[in-house]
Amino acid sequence: MVDTAIGETAAARPRKAAGRSSLRKALKRKSTTAFLMTLPLILLIALLVVYPAFYSVHLATLNKSMQRFVGFGNFEFLFKRDTFWLVVKQSCIFAITAVVFKALIGFIVAHFVHNIPAKGQRKWRGMLLVPWVIPPAMSTLAWLWLFDPSYSAFNYTLGFFGIGPIPWTGDAAWARFSVILVNVWYGAPFFMIMYLAALKSVPEQLYEAAAIDGANWWQRIWYVTLPMMRNIIAITTLFSLIVTFANFDIVRILTAGGPLDKTHIFATWAFRVGIEGSDIPLGASVSLFMVPILAVAAIFILRDVNKRGNES
Amino acid sequence: MSTLTIDKAGPTRNVKYGSMSRDRTWALRWSYFFLTLFAIFSLVPPLYMLITSLKGSAEISAATNPWWVFHPTLENYAGLLTSNQFLRFFFNSAMVSIIVVIITMLISIPAAFALSRMKFWGSATLATGVFLTYLIPDSLLFIPLFKMFAMIGDVTGIQLINRWYVLLFIYPTLTVPFCTWIMIGYFASIPKELDEAAIIDGASWLQTLTRIFIPVALPGLIAATIFAFTVSWAQFLYPLVFTTSADQLVLPVGIVTTLIKGDVFNWGQIMTGALLGAAPPLIIYAFLMDYYIAGLTAGATKG
Repeated sequence: MVDTAIGETAAARPRKAAGRSSLRKALKRKSTTAFLMTLPLILLIALLVVYPAFYSVHLATLNKSMQRFVGFGNFEFLFKRDTFWLVVKQSCIFAITAVVFKALIGFIVAHFVHNIPAKGQRKWRGMLLVPWVIPPAMSTLAWLWLFDPSYSAFNYTLGFFGIGPIPWTGDAAWARFSVILVNVWYGAPFFMIMYLAALKSVPEQLYEAAAIDGANWWQRIWYVTLPMMRNIIAITTLFSLIVTFANFDIVRILTAGGPLDKTHIFATWAFRVGIEGSDIPLGASVSLFMVPILAVAAIFILRDVNKRGNES
Repeated sequence: MSTLTIDKAGPTRNVKYGSMSRDRTWALRWSYFFLTLFAIFSLVPPLYMLITSLKGSAEISAATNPWWVFHPTLENYAGLLTSNQFLRFFFNSAMVSIIVVIITMLISIPAAFALSRMKFWGSATLATGVFLTYLIPDSLLFIPLFKMFAMIGDVTGIQLINRWYVLLFIYPTLTVPFCTWIMIGYFASIPKELDEAAIIDGASWLQTLTRIFIPVALPGLIAATIFAFTVSWAQFLYPLVFTTSADQLVLPVGIVTTLIKGDVFNWGQIMTGALLGAAPPLIIYAFLMDYYIAGLTAGATKG
C-alpha cells in the first residue's frame, strides 16, 4: 500500500516536472506571441506619438532657421509679446466657459430626455446628437454662413424683434461669444449622451426611497443623482476640457483668430506662427504651453479610470 | 346623507390623484417644450445648410427671407457633382478613411486581445499608456510631425509631404489608441471559460481570437470601426498642415480652401459641399445609431 503510494508519487513527479517545463515553455511562447501582437501598437505610439512629443521640446529650443540652439530664447520672446498673453487668456476663457456650458446644457437636456416616456427617447436622442455627428469643420461653415456680416440669417430673424444687426464675428467680444456658442453647440450632445447613460444606471429604488422621505426634485438631484453620477461627470468634464483646450477647427474656420488676434487659442496661434509663418520652433513652443493643463486633466482622468477599474 | 358624503369624498380623492398626475403632465409638457427648443438649436445649422444648398446664387444675395427657398434648384449639387475637383476630394477622403479603418483594426484588435487576455510583463502599463496616448491632442503633435515628415523627405528622398497617403501614417495616431482601449473593454467582458475551452480543445491563440473573440465582440468591433471612420473623415488639422495641392486635399480642407476664394464666398456651393461632406457620418449614424452611441460611451464607462 505504502509502496504503491510511493510508486505513484515517483511516477507523478517526472510528469509534473515535465508539465511544469512545458508550461514554462507555453508561458514563454504566450508572452512572445503577446509581444508580437502588441508590437505594431507599441511602434505606432513610440514613433508617431511619444517621439514627436519629445521632438517638439527639442524643436522649441532652436532658432527660426533651426540651426542654432537658443535654449529658452523662444519662450522669453513669447513672454514679451502681448499677443501671447492674449492667447493664454482667451484659451482659458474659451475652454472653461465652453466646458461649463456644455456640462450644464448636457445635464439639463439629459434630464428632460430621461423624463419623457421611454419609447420616445430614442427619437429625441437621435435628433439631439446630430451636432456631434457632423464633422465640426463642416458644421462650422454653416455657422459662419449664419453669422455672415451682410446676409446673416440670425440678424434677419432678430431684426423682427428690433435687435441688431449683431457683428457676430466682426467685433472682439461677439466673436469670442460666437466661437464659444459654436463649441457648446458641437460639444453639449456628447455630455447629454454620457449623462443619459449614467442616469439610466441610477437604481430606481433610490428615488423611491427619497420620495418616501419627502425629498423634493431638487433634493433628489442633489443627494441622489449627482453623487451617483459623480464619476462620470468628472471624467466627461475633464475629457472635454482637454478636447476644448486643444480645439482647432471651430476657431480656425469661424474667425481664424481675428478680429485682431482676439479669438486665437493655442492651437490656432501655433498654426499661424508655426505653419503659416514658417517659424516651426516658435509654433512648437506655443503648442507646448498646452501640456501643463492637459497633464493635470489627464492625471485626474487616469485616477478616476483606475478607480472604476478597481471597483468593478 | 350617505350619497352626499360619497360625493364629497369622491371629488377630494379625485383632486388628489388629479393634482399628482397633473404635476406629471406639466413636467412632461415642460420636458417636451425644452426638448423642442434644444432640438431646434441642434438642427438649425444642418437645416440651414440644406436650405441654402437648394438656392440659386441670385436668391442667396437677394434680401428675401433666408429661412425659405422660393425657387428651389439643384444647380449647386449639379455643379459640385460634375466638378472633377470636388469628386477628387471625395475620393481622397473615402480612400484615406477606409484604409485608415483597416490599418486601425489590424493594429488594435491583436493588441487589445493581447492586453486583455495574455498578461505579460508591462501589459498593464502599456494599457494605461494607450489610454494616455488617446488624451494627447492633434494640435500638440502637428508641428513636430510635420517637421519629422519633412525631414524624412530630405534624408531619404521619399517625398511624403503634400501627398494624400501621408495621412495614412498620421491618422492611426488618433484612431488606434481609442479603438484599442474600447476593444480591451469589450474583450475583458467575454467570459474566461470561453477561451479556456477553446485552448483546451487545442485552438491556438490566433484561432481563439478569430473564432471566438472577434465574433463575440462584434458589436464592439462595429463601434470601433464607426469611430475610426468618423474621426478620419472629420479630421481637419492634419490634412490642412500636410497637404496643399488641390488634387491631394481631402473633403473638409478642400471645401474650405478651394470654395472660398479670397473674399468671395460661393455660399450655395459651400453649403452643398458641407452637406455632402457631412452625409457619410450622418448616414452611418442614422443606420447604426446604437453602435455609434455604444462606442461613444464605452470610452469612459469601460475599463
